[in-house]
Amino acid sequence: MVAGVLAVLGAAPLVLPRVGMGYLVFIAVLAASNVIVAVGLNLLVGSTGLVSLGHAGFVAIGAYASSLLAGRLGLPWYLAWLAAAAICAGWGFLVGVPALRLTGPYLAVATLGFGIAVYQVLTNWTDLSGGRMGLAVVPLSLGLAGLTHTQQLYYVSVAVAAVLTWMAYNLTRSHVGRAWAAVRDSDIAAEVTGVNLTWYKTLAFAVSAAYAGVAGAIVAQAMRHLEPQAFTFLESITYFAMIVIGGLGTVTGAIIGALVLTLLPHVLSDLRQWLPVVYGSMIILMMAVEPAGLYGRWLRVKWYCKAWPL
Amino acid sequence: MTPWAQYVVGGLAAGSLYALVALGIVLLYRSSRVLNFAHGEMATLATFVAFTLIGRAVPFGVAVAVGLAVSALVGAAFYFVVIRPAKEGTLLGKIVMTLGLALLLGGAVQVVWGTETQIFPFPLSDTRVYRLGAVVVSEIHLGTIGAGLALMTALFVLVHHTGVGLAMRAVAQNPAAAQALGIPARRIYALTWGLASALGGAAGVLLAPVVYLDPFMMLDPFLKGFAAAVMGGMDSLPGAVVGGLLLGVGEVLFAGYVSFKFKTTLAFALIVLVLLVRPEGLLGHEYRRRV
Repeated sequence: MVAGVLAVLGAAPLVLPRVGMGYLVFIAVLAASNVIVAVGLNLLVGSTGLVSLGHAGFVAIGAYASSLLAGRLGLPWYLAWLAAAAICAGWGFLVGVPALRLTGPYLAVATLGFGIAVYQVLTNWTDLSGGRMGLAVVPLSLGLAGLTHTQQLYYVSVAVAAVLTWMAYNLTRSHVGRAWAAVRDSDIAAEVTGVNLTWYKTLAFAVSAAYAGVAGAIVAQAMRHLEPQAFTFLESITYFAMIVIGGLGTVTGAIIGALVLTLLPHVLSDLRQWLPVVYGSMIILMMAVEPAGLYGRWLRVKWYCKAWPL
Repeated sequence: MTPWAQYVVGGLAAGSLYALVALGIVLLYRSSRVLNFAHGEMATLATFVAFTLIGRAVPFGVAVAVGLAVSALVGAAFYFVVIRPAKEGTLLGKIVMTLGLALLLGGAVQVVWGTETQIFPFPLSDTRVYRLGAVVVSEIHLGTIGAGLALMTALFVLVHHTGVGLAMRAVAQNPAAAQALGIPARRIYALTWGLASALGGAAGVLLAPVVYLDPFMMLDPFLKGFAAAVMGGMDSLPGAVVGGLLLGVGEVLFAGYVSFKFKTTLAFALIVLVLLVRPEGLLGHEYRRRV
């Protein structure tokens, strides 16, 4: 099964353009970046119980950091991506420090403020970002002559998404994941039993931000031309919607949510203006009917079928 | 001359708008602990309804009243249809639902009224000015400050000197006990939702002549209102007013003397600062938690 999935994923960018569906390769790149953000955000919101409504800010930092490091300092792209992840982790740590004292709505507002502040600084600090004029991105290259930029980016981003998802699965099952779950369920009780709150809360922010940073680097490569407008409050809400619709607190849920919300705008391209209405209704419906998300619903169906005659 | 006094007047006008937005947020938060992310969108809806009615030659006052009533109805309906019967009543869940409502309402406004900016006809002008000593005040600033003060006073009287206000405070303190004493808690919650949404709508109408009308017009003031509410203390109505006015004045002074470009960033820097030093806000009380 794994070999089959790998074969399909590997062949897709080579086959699809020949049958006139090359745009799907590009959508797959976007999907990979969204999966990375959603998985990372879910580690923070779903696993640790800390809300972030400013994740577009981290994605923006990752996108600009990777592009600037590659463009101005001439770093090779993989080093620039690693550095972008590290820079984002640093910022995540900084945002995580106030999060130690804030809960619930207060934290939501503080992170939301962070996201908006990043957008505004990027818009106004024109030396850094090119301002509203935008910033050209140096395209990455794997040194494979036969492949277009999008195809190469596809392989890189899908591989990175797979590795990061695998890491997230392992992380949630390790002692770190268990400490996060304890913090989510009751941080005071967790502290009493010896979980270092300061470390694990800021760590959750740093890891989540690093994921967003890597996704930002992919977004930058996909767009080839960065503008602050791509990282607004609405993006943060969309990331949040992904994990809510997919399922809070599970890696699989985040992946499902990211895929659904990446494909939905393309499926509904005739109804583009109705998209916010659709997202909004989906979020409300999901929270009202199935708070565990699409993945939770799927699990329930599976268990029902397993135990069927009962 | 005294530019700082001029800045302060402009700041008070902006601040009273932030205070109105913050009041709606705080009113709802202290009764149900729900942070309403759809507050701005409800206000936008009210303003657009009023705008359409004015376009059909309905008198200004009536049009605004209808707009506020519509947003109040949407708020109350949202409580009855979504919040109350919600399967999992966690706070995060409720907040996420209001986020969904924000997307839904914002999207609906865009679909119905389009995204072009429009000019909201307002009976007060911003070019006619009054002089108070060395300070110049435009009619619209005066109107905004006046309307803001009137609404704040009305709200204060309602909450602290009427039976309904008493019931609201009782429900906020302990819903179960209030219900046992015969207070219709659900209806009070619905009323609070309606009232908060209407307050937001009032802020939207007052804001419309300043920023022009478009579906995203409330995003920025709504975030500032949030900032003001957090600064003042999420459970304190006077705190919301103080926070709003402080933020308005601080922002204008910052824009005047330091940097115009980064004035919105200031609001969020301020929130983080206040939260770090005094997490319960300037005038708030409640920030104790139990396991």
